[in-house]
Amino acid sequence: MNIRKLNWPIWAAFIVSVLSFLLYPFFFVRFPVTRDFPWANLPLFLIALVLLGIGLRRAFSPERRLGSKIIASIVSLTTIGVIAMFVLVVFVAARDLPASQGAPQIGQKAPEFTLADATGKQVALSELLTTPIKGKQPKGVMLMFYRGYW
Amino acid sequence: MEEAGIRPVAISVDTPEESKKLCEQAGYTFTFLSDPKAEVIRRYDLLHAGAGINGGDVARPAEFLIDTAGTVRWVNLTENYWVRARPEQVIEAAAALK
Repeated sequence: MNIRKLNWPIWAAFIVSVLSFLLYPFFFVRFPVTRDFPWANLPLFLIALVLLGIGLRRAFSPERRLGSKIIASIVSLTTIGVIAMFVLVVFVAARDLPASQGAPQIGQKAPEFTLADATGKQVALSELLTTPIKGKQPKGVMLMFYRGYW
Repeated sequence: MEEAGIRPVAISVDTPEESKKLCEQAGYTFTFLSDPKAEVIRRYDLLHAGAGINGGDVARPAEFLIDTAGTVRWVNLTENYWVRARPEQVIEAAAALK
């Protein structure tokens, strides 16, 4: 393939958008600044859009073949799709959580319960609050509810 | 967290077998509790109905610091799936406990 003929900005736009998308869950999410609001993703998507604009202008210049125009259009739509998906995942789906207004609040008693641990043994919250940690009385328990893997 | 006298306890709808697998893979040594019928999750009003991979009910992410008297001393109910309590926040909250 001739490098002069290859419409590189279109492909670069696509690669930058996918990279930006993947960097959020795998890297940016580790730092509060880039996680709470995707600041690092904004410039990357902006670069992708600029490259897309340049690539589309090249593709639709008269000397380009029809095939080039079709490929550029498909890659552009896919890139826009990646950006739309990012917005959906980070801004819409991530905030779709129940309000949990009935959850125990500060100062209230945590409801007692007994559940099986990873070895199948039944464990009560009251036991967890009193069983020593490395020989020392615990100060408290940090209950962490999570989605799980199924 | 254990250094600060706080016992971390994770709760999900996963079965003990699945939790065991997760602990072995990730090297977690703290307590994992199984609530496959989401009874405790419901009691804590943390049910996220139909949000599991297969459309099952799961717990929404939430963290509670409970003192030895069983009283809630700190709560984190995130409004964003990606934003979770940071260890420093937990240690800070734990420092207030005797």
